[in-house]
Amino acid sequence: MRRRWIAPSAVVWLVVAAAFFLIPLIATLLFSLKSIQTGKCCTGAAYSFVIHDDQFWSTIRLSFQLALETIAISLLLFVPTVYLVHLKMPRLRPVLGFMALVPFVVPPIVLVVGLLNLYKGAPSWFYAKPYGFLAAAYVILAFPYMFFALDAGFRSIDVHTLTEASQSLGASWLTTLVRVILPNIRVAALGGSFLTLAIVMGEFTMASLSAFRTFPTYIQFVNESQPYAAAALSLLSFLIVWAAMLALLFVGRGRPRPAQLAATR
Amino acid sequence: MHQPYLDQYWLTIKISLITAGGGCVLGLGIAYAVIREGTPRFLRTILTTFSGVAANFAGIPLAFAFIATLGTIGIVTTFMRDHLGYDPYAHGFTVFGETGVEITYMYFQIPLMILVIAPAIDGLRQEWREAASNLGASSWQFWRHVGVPVLLPSILGAFILLFGNSFSAYATAYGLAGNSVFLVPITIGFYYSGNVLSDPHLAQALAFGMFVVLAVMMLLYIPLQRRSARWMR
Repeated sequence: MRRRWIAPSAVVWLVVAAAFFLIPLIATLLFSLKSIQTGKCCTGAAYSFVIHDDQFWSTIRLSFQLALETIAISLLLFVPTVYLVHLKMPRLRPVLGFMALVPFVVPPIVLVVGLLNLYKGAPSWFYAKPYGFLAAAYVILAFPYMFFALDAGFRSIDVHTLTEASQSLGASWLTTLVRVILPNIRVAALGGSFLTLAIVMGEFTMASLSAFRTFPTYIQFVNESQPYAAAALSLLSFLIVWAAMLALLFVGRGRPRPAQLAATR
Repeated sequence: MHQPYLDQYWLTIKISLITAGGGCVLGLGIAYAVIREGTPRFLRTILTTFSGVAANFAGIPLAFAFIATLGTIGIVTTFMRDHLGYDPYAHGFTVFGETGVEITYMYFQIPLMILVIAPAIDGLRQEWREAASNLGASSWQFWRHVGVPVLLPSILGAFILLFGNSFSAYATAYGLAGNSVFLVPITIGFYYSGNVLSDPHLAQALAFGMFVVLAVMMLLYIPLQRRSARWMR
């Protein structure tokens, strides 16, 4: 007996779910269109405030640059590592997998307290700069997502055959890595990168505790005087996550899905 | 241990248990509704894509989205006040309190549950349901004796994941109720960045306590993960 029509109880579940998930988004949109003077709908004043605020542009640029830096460092570190582990040291794979769980188990608030303490004596070009300390912390935060994405990518290709073929044609290690391996794991690397982008663009805990002014801490700051503009920025933040996730889906069409979770709570 | 900190751990654990439990039940219901026979396939694609986004949409922006919705002058609050004649704030509700934090956490807990449990529900075969109903089982009996026992290890594993998810949350609670709901992460942030009182060593001790709770949870998670892999292909 196969059902032809959707079950009535399923309709109830889905309508309630849609209401719970869509109402806050619609409310945020309506809220962001309110006028600061009258509290009535609808003006674009909150959006015009945001666009004309220099701090908006500087903080969103900082967050974006941090995301790119984190992605670059993560790829440089983890692509050769995961390649080597798959090729030469398969017994180390579970060890890496276990290490990748650590940033899941240790919450960002705990991690940042530990890191601030650990790096206390570090030179100020590292410790006092977002491009130093914060990027280093974000590489740790991105490690699990990068690792699991790359690991899945390497598992789906024949690392040994590709490497042997490339080397018997006279390619060096670097040529093999860049011109043979990298194109084959491109989708996995892009997937991990988009997840990292979503994490870094939304990360508040570490930036706030180490007192750097990134995009999420800017939203918090704006909210103290301009609640309607903060709503507009929240919506923008949601759209950034949407864009990153859609890009993730788009590059991964028809292939096994990489993990879709990024923790920025 | 000093009493106020013990209370904070209890409050954090309580909120985590409530939102993990609620997230499990509601996420399971929604995931089953969209996967079961008869529901159009495209709804599932929409739901999983949206869950991927919503599970990642947390922190400060999520807190402000809920303030815009359920805050004192939030859209839903004013709608209820003006059109339904019911003012939730006159009846003790506040989005800046414990209930508000719990409702807001559900926004990332439910999608996480949907993402985690969907593969397990896929493993629940249609033939089992048909076999049960051929033998005269009601829907309740099917769930009582087949569905829930098969899914139980996955549900428990997901529960622990959701618990950890909400236990380690900082930004959402900070944006929403930074100075009214005293969760352990909020206190750590307070003592560490120290606007008034600064005591980094106390913050480190509290952070280590959180780590211990989560490490215990992780040790419980690993065997459950192994057991739930049995029914999946």
